[in-house]
Amino acid sequence: MMQALEVIAPGLHTTVQDQGRIGYQDIGVPASGPLDRISLRLANALVGNPPDTPVLEMLLQGPTLKVIAESVRVALVGCSAGIEIRSGNARTIPAGRSARLARGEVFRIGALGDSVCAYLAIEGGPEVPMVLGSASTYVRGAIGGLHGRRLKQNDVVPLKLGGVDVRGEHALPRPLDLALDQPIRVVLGPQAEYFTDEAVQTFLASDYTVSPQADRMGYRLTGPALAHAQGYDIVSDGIVAGAVQVPGSGLPIVLMVDHQTIGGYPKIATVISADIPIVGRRRPGRPIRFVAVDVREAERLRGKQETTLRQEVENLVAV
Amino acid sequence: MNVRFLPAGDTAVIVQFGDRIDRGVNERVLRLSAQVRAANLAGVVETVPTFRSLLVHYDPLATDSASLTVAIENLLDDSRGEAQPVKLWRIPACYAASHAPDLEEVAQRTGLSTAEIVRLHGSTRYHVYMIGFVPGFPYMGDLPAPLTLPRRADPRVRVSAGSIAIATNMTAIYPLESPGGWHLIGATPIRLFDLRRPRPALLSPGDAVRFEPITVPEFDAIRAAVTADAYQVPSEMIAA
Repeated sequence: MMQALEVIAPGLHTTVQDQGRIGYQDIGVPASGPLDRISLRLANALVGNPPDTPVLEMLLQGPTLKVIAESVRVALVGCSAGIEIRSGNARTIPAGRSARLARGEVFRIGALGDSVCAYLAIEGGPEVPMVLGSASTYVRGAIGGLHGRRLKQNDVVPLKLGGVDVRGEHALPRPLDLALDQPIRVVLGPQAEYFTDEAVQTFLASDYTVSPQADRMGYRLTGPALAHAQGYDIVSDGIVAGAVQVPGSGLPIVLMVDHQTIGGYPKIATVISADIPIVGRRRPGRPIRFVAVDVREAERLRGKQETTLRQEVENLVAV
Repeated sequence: MNVRFLPAGDTAVIVQFGDRIDRGVNERVLRLSAQVRAANLAGVVETVPTFRSLLVHYDPLATDSASLTVAIENLLDDSRGEAQPVKLWRIPACYAASHAPDLEEVAQRTGLSTAEIVRLHGSTRYHVYMIGFVPGFPYMGDLPAPLTLPRRADPRVRVSAGSIAIATNMTAIYPLESPGGWHLIGATPIRLFDLRRPRPALLSPGDAVRFEPITVPEFDAIRAAVTADAYQVPSEMIAA
């Protein structure tokens, strides 16, 4: 018997993601995984999944899906939009809480509102093959997820579970803080010395804006151009998610989860890991301001974020 | 040049051995990469060797930059290690005009005959410096000096998989169809990147590569064998 979600409308860019693909960057395969790992983790917790269960990541505009199973349990996290159930018992499930949907129900996640990305967890998760140890979709390499690509109309996303128990549902203890105006913390380097002192000052003192050229590879920013002190070609070296690369235009690009593994432009700074999900949520047109911290502080902030996240997962509220 | 540790946020450190493309520098990078992997350092997630530096990804919830730096410094002190044998791959390469869209232009720009280009390219043993740009894309060098050219002024939107290319002092093979700015001087019928293999990239950083010239009929025969999963790329272990 088929157990699946049928794609009535795919949304703008909906892919299967888990926590990412580890161990293949030395052969050029990026880690992929979610733009916002915090929301992915909370969504999985709400439906009772282990944190490494694959989910559906949607960008800007969510999909419309139909339940082709006895029942499913879903939860949406990362945006202000909710899940609209349009057939039968019409209702809206707000973001940040789980719900059980029955066979034949059609549910829509429309415009995500303030955030770029949101995550739909499904109890048990989608049933997709693990490719190089991960279910994450890397669209450019046609690797992972559902056929290595984003969802399209009439796709059928197979599910691990054909039905779920009737039991109490859960909600986040408090709404997720999308941190839409929070300054983004960076560690300067690895190539800050390739820029003039003025450029580093400008980078830390200016308002940048997320440009429409923002995708899972990187978010291009507009704002004051940054002058290179030593040219803009370096001998290619390794790249991490969060690296702020500055090509010849002088305009920074924050590299995100599908970034190339190596590159030849100098990187003025690196967004700290705690703040990568916050950049990930930030829509084109919204401001970004950077503030420098040292590595030790970055590590402390990540530890603190992890503690908070664990507490939230342990303190989900029965609804 | 001394070894430098560069910050790369709170999830990686970069160990930089130099600021140029150099075989000796790259071999130090590859040796440290192997050492870091063998040492199983707590919190290390993966390593990415590049031309002149090693990127070490770590989990900031399991270790920190300061202790990882000390652990890597200790490995650097212990870098006696004699040279290990390397794997030499013999990659079939078809340089026929039908498979080499830029060969004529490269001849014009270098002032060499196409036959001389093929002879030079096909008689050199290359070192795989690193893999990246797209999955499985090998940066191999060094190219014989007369073949050195800058990248194309107008990159192609689409380069087919298997294209053998040159630019600067490097040669490469496009593993997947992708955009590309290098000069295409031949094609190989083999698969450089295949997700059905446990390690999908055929080549690894540190491997050696030679190109073995083949004719168009040989290209077609090998391609058919590859498609039928009945072809193995010849390789052997050699002294470094």
